[in-house]
Amino acid sequence: MTSLPTSRPISSAVPGLYRADAVGAPRGIRFDRVVKAYQPGQHVVDDVSLAVEPGRFVVLLGPSGCGKTTLLKTVNRLVEPTSGSVSIDGVDVSATEPVALRRGIGYVIQQVGLFPHMTVAQNVAVVPSLNGWPAERQQARVHEMLDLVHLPAEQFGARFPRELSGGQQQRVGLARALAADPNILLMDEPFGALDAIERTRLQGELIALQRQLRKTVLFVTHDVDEALRMADAIVVMRAGRVVQYGTPLEIIARPADAFVGELTGAGDLVRLLALMCVADVQLAQDGELPAGAAVIGLHADLRTALSAMLASGTTRLVVTNDAGAAAGTLTFEAMLQAARAAAEKPAP
Amino acid sequence: MSYLFRHLDVVAQLSAEHVRLVGVSLLIALAIAVPVAIAITRRPWVGPPVFGVFSLMYTIPSLALFALLIPVFGLGFWTAVVGLAAYAQMILVRNTVAALTGVDPAIVEAAHGMGMSAGQILWRVQRPLGMPVFIAGVRVATVSLIGIAAIAAWINAGGLGTLVLDGIEHDYPQKALAGALAAVLLAVVADQGLRMLERRLAR
Repeated sequence: MTSLPTSRPISSAVPGLYRADAVGAPRGIRFDRVVKAYQPGQHVVDDVSLAVEPGRFVVLLGPSGCGKTTLLKTVNRLVEPTSGSVSIDGVDVSATEPVALRRGIGYVIQQVGLFPHMTVAQNVAVVPSLNGWPAERQQARVHEMLDLVHLPAEQFGARFPRELSGGQQQRVGLARALAADPNILLMDEPFGALDAIERTRLQGELIALQRQLRKTVLFVTHDVDEALRMADAIVVMRAGRVVQYGTPLEIIARPADAFVGELTGAGDLVRLLALMCVADVQLAQDGELPAGAAVIGLHADLRTALSAMLASGTTRLVVTNDAGAAAGTLTFEAMLQAARAAAEKPAP
Repeated sequence: MSYLFRHLDVVAQLSAEHVRLVGVSLLIALAIAVPVAIAITRRPWVGPPVFGVFSLMYTIPSLALFALLIPVFGLGFWTAVVGLAAYAQMILVRNTVAALTGVDPAIVEAAHGMGMSAGQILWRVQRPLGMPVFIAGVRVATVSLIGIAAIAAWINAGGLGTLVLDGIEHDYPQKALAGALAAVLLAVVADQGLRMLERRLAR
């Protein structure tokens, strides 16, 4: 999988999208003044303009009914905007053939929507087979995809969806969405129906997958913790409008208004700590390491560090780098200072 | 009962006629009902007027319907086929629409999202998943047509109704009974056979 081209323009996968490349149009997904109204005057999506850069994991966050799912569906034209436009790599999606467009975009929904009359392998092979791939290539791809989501084809390929747990079904849903190697992945509350343990596990796996695949991901959720954990950037929506678009740290540290603050629990410094890592803090270099001192990795988050301090009854942790060698000492005071600095830093 | 056993060859031949009458009617009925049902699922406004016409036809007594068809189509096999095919529409269209729309909307949405065309969704998703409901409609229509087809003997279309009519006319109850029993037997066999198919498909 590591051999996948990561920044290939979407246009190469979607027929009819060729022109954009040549003129060096902006890459990624762009929403330009998108409005969707099912009834005149009632804007479900209200004048949304956004740019999503290629390879980014962007979460659309907001309460139910805020228009996040509707906005997501304008990308693969399951919803047509009332006005405004959506473009991919500079090409207006309304100028593309919807069926071809959708085959170039992975789509995962909360209810999974696996085909109950097809085996797991057949489900994963749906888009490759629609694209007319030869059978051997389809089969190889199915194996690769099922390995990727930790459901070995030898064991799971011949099973039917109803024989799998909810989490396993959603893994198949993800494998199916990735099977034709789309550059864009649209995910509509994909883990919403899973129990907490499965949800956390799948979140972790998706983070790891994304590190490997670098897809452009739009991910809808109303779960703040999920958004903070997964996102490179978060779009906070309310009543069809974008209230704030920023990194998780920016959203927590400097909410745009009271709504965002309340939704995300901003001002909750523990949440803020979870978004910062040990490497962000000025480490003390006091040379001598106390024997038996508690140790933490350079890439751990500060919330974990705080936990470690509380658990070991100390305010100092020895920090180790990737090689396992000591890189300095993390003190409670330094950590506090870094968190307060992040929270008070004026918006750019 | 004695008539039935003494004239098994006649009963068998008339049963074959009966099956042919019902089978041809059913095939023609399906050739109309399936496209109509697909049209209704794609253009919902088509539904009410179509169901209005079909339910009106369904309320006309079968004897009266055949009588109405005689001036247009004359007597015989094909007139009966027209009447029977018209009767089956209501049941077949309603069940086919139910079969197509009964598929979990999330599955259909996923199919759209993956880039299946409307035709591919129909063939690869709605057809296999809706098949048990569709077959249930075919079963109910078949059993109804086997009953109604007995009346078609009255317009010279042949079939088991011939025995019933002759029996009544010649005051020979045994003969009428033989025809009726054979028709019931056909209906039961068709019903059970199609039920088995339905169950197999539902698994």
